[in-house]
Amino acid sequence: MGARTVLHDADITRALRRIAHEIVESRRGDGRLVLLGIPTRGRVLAERICRIIDEFEPGIAEWGSLDVTMYRDDLARSATRMPAPTVIPPGGIDEAIVVLVDDVLYSGRTIRAALDAIVDHGRPRAVRLAVLVDRGHRELPIRADFVGKNIPSATSERVSVRLRDTDGVEEVTIEA
Amino acid sequence: MKHLLSTRDLDRTTAVSILDLAEDMAHTADREVKKLPALRGRTVVNLFFEDSTRTRLSFESAAKRLSADVITFSAKGSSVSKGESLKDTAQTLAAMGADAIVVRHHDSGAAHQLAHAGWIDAAVLNAGDGTHEHPTQALLDAYTLRARRFGAGARGRGLEGLRVAIVGDILHSRVARSNVWLLQTLGAEVHLVAPRTLQPHGLRSWPVTVHEHLDDVLHLPLDAVMMLRIQTERMKAAFFPSAREYAREWGFTAERLAQLGPDTMVMHPGPMNRGLEISSAAADSSRSTVLDQVTNGVSIRMAVLYLLVSGTAGEPA
Repeated sequence: MGARTVLHDADITRALRRIAHEIVESRRGDGRLVLLGIPTRGRVLAERICRIIDEFEPGIAEWGSLDVTMYRDDLARSATRMPAPTVIPPGGIDEAIVVLVDDVLYSGRTIRAALDAIVDHGRPRAVRLAVLVDRGHRELPIRADFVGKNIPSATSERVSVRLRDTDGVEEVTIEA
Repeated sequence: MKHLLSTRDLDRTTAVSILDLAEDMAHTADREVKKLPALRGRTVVNLFFEDSTRTRLSFESAAKRLSADVITFSAKGSSVSKGESLKDTAQTLAAMGADAIVVRHHDSGAAHQLAHAGWIDAAVLNAGDGTHEHPTQALLDAYTLRARRFGAGARGRGLEGLRVAIVGDILHSRVARSNVWLLQTLGAEVHLVAPRTLQPHGLRSWPVTVHEHLDDVLHLPLDAVMMLRIQTERMKAAFFPSAREYAREWGFTAERLAQLGPDTMVMHPGPMNRGLEISSAAADSSRSTVLDQVTNGVSIRMAVLYLLVSGTAGEPA
């Protein structure tokens, strides 16, 4: 069976707009929002969500990029991985509301690594999680606060997110 | 990459990716927790048969910032003075569970032997072998050059278009050898300056322009002048008439400093012989990168240790 497209260009844009609004709504008080994307595609999504927030609430959100490679629990079990740069906004993350952004939520292990990485950068007031796709099959007690789309999948299936900036096309596909 | 023995083994892509990774590692110093967990549970052994301050401390600090356990071994006061061989010493350390061995040895080829003789399984990092190579020094020099010249735009770049003069005791210098190969790989133009007696055999086949007098290169637009230490401990004969004459002809004096362009860097791998190959005026000037080189050394060694030790052996994914 070939790849089936489950989210098209317009669906992705709509999902990101909704997530942006939900993030701002859930912000209690006047906390600073810091969106940290997990490379490669989470970084792109964090920047996009931040731009959308800027359209209706200018200046309340900043974005950065958080590499979790060195915090992974399978680092010693797989071939050497090249880390990507981590960029924390100049104000840091102390007392901010940090929203982790990733493309696909699956086992939850990447997010566990991200939580460890955050602690080494400071102490946020709260940490939330936004993902474009939740495909289930969690191996750790982790859940997302903001989800673009739940895509029930079998572990044998392959869910792929492609974005204009990284892949030239904009779609989410599922493949047996 | 299983071992790091020589900069000759590095192709351009690998060399640039090490420099980029070192840039990420450098940012660890700005964080609240200045440590990464990448090598937790791994053991790095510093095996030093030759005296060293900065290289040993730098590797030690790099390994610790990556959360590795570090065992440091110096030949002085060890069973080496009772006649234990390199093989037995290395196997003893391997039996203690070393994942990487950082080795400095007075014999050229010692690191290669350790890596390829089949004695041990650990990754081997050459921290200087005789007059042969010192690859992490060349990498940190390249990093320093790139960072000073290109600043925030350094990532992903080589050293194309840069012109570097390496001056002094080329004959005994492993730093010069490692630098020549790496600078060539990264696209820089290299000039070597040394008295005839301190030029190695076969120098004409190196990818460099050779000069006999320091004043011959100072009129060139140079991005960096790299001064080498006069290694009296390796000199078993008279290579120049006197220290005073060497300083006059090949030393980087205040007068020569004044001839350089305002952007030319003055580099030295340390330890410096002030007043011999480098004057205090040059060593302490704003163009001197000596302390940057020390700082960058830790980042480079973190990058290299990460690449050699963090994953199962194999190419980066």
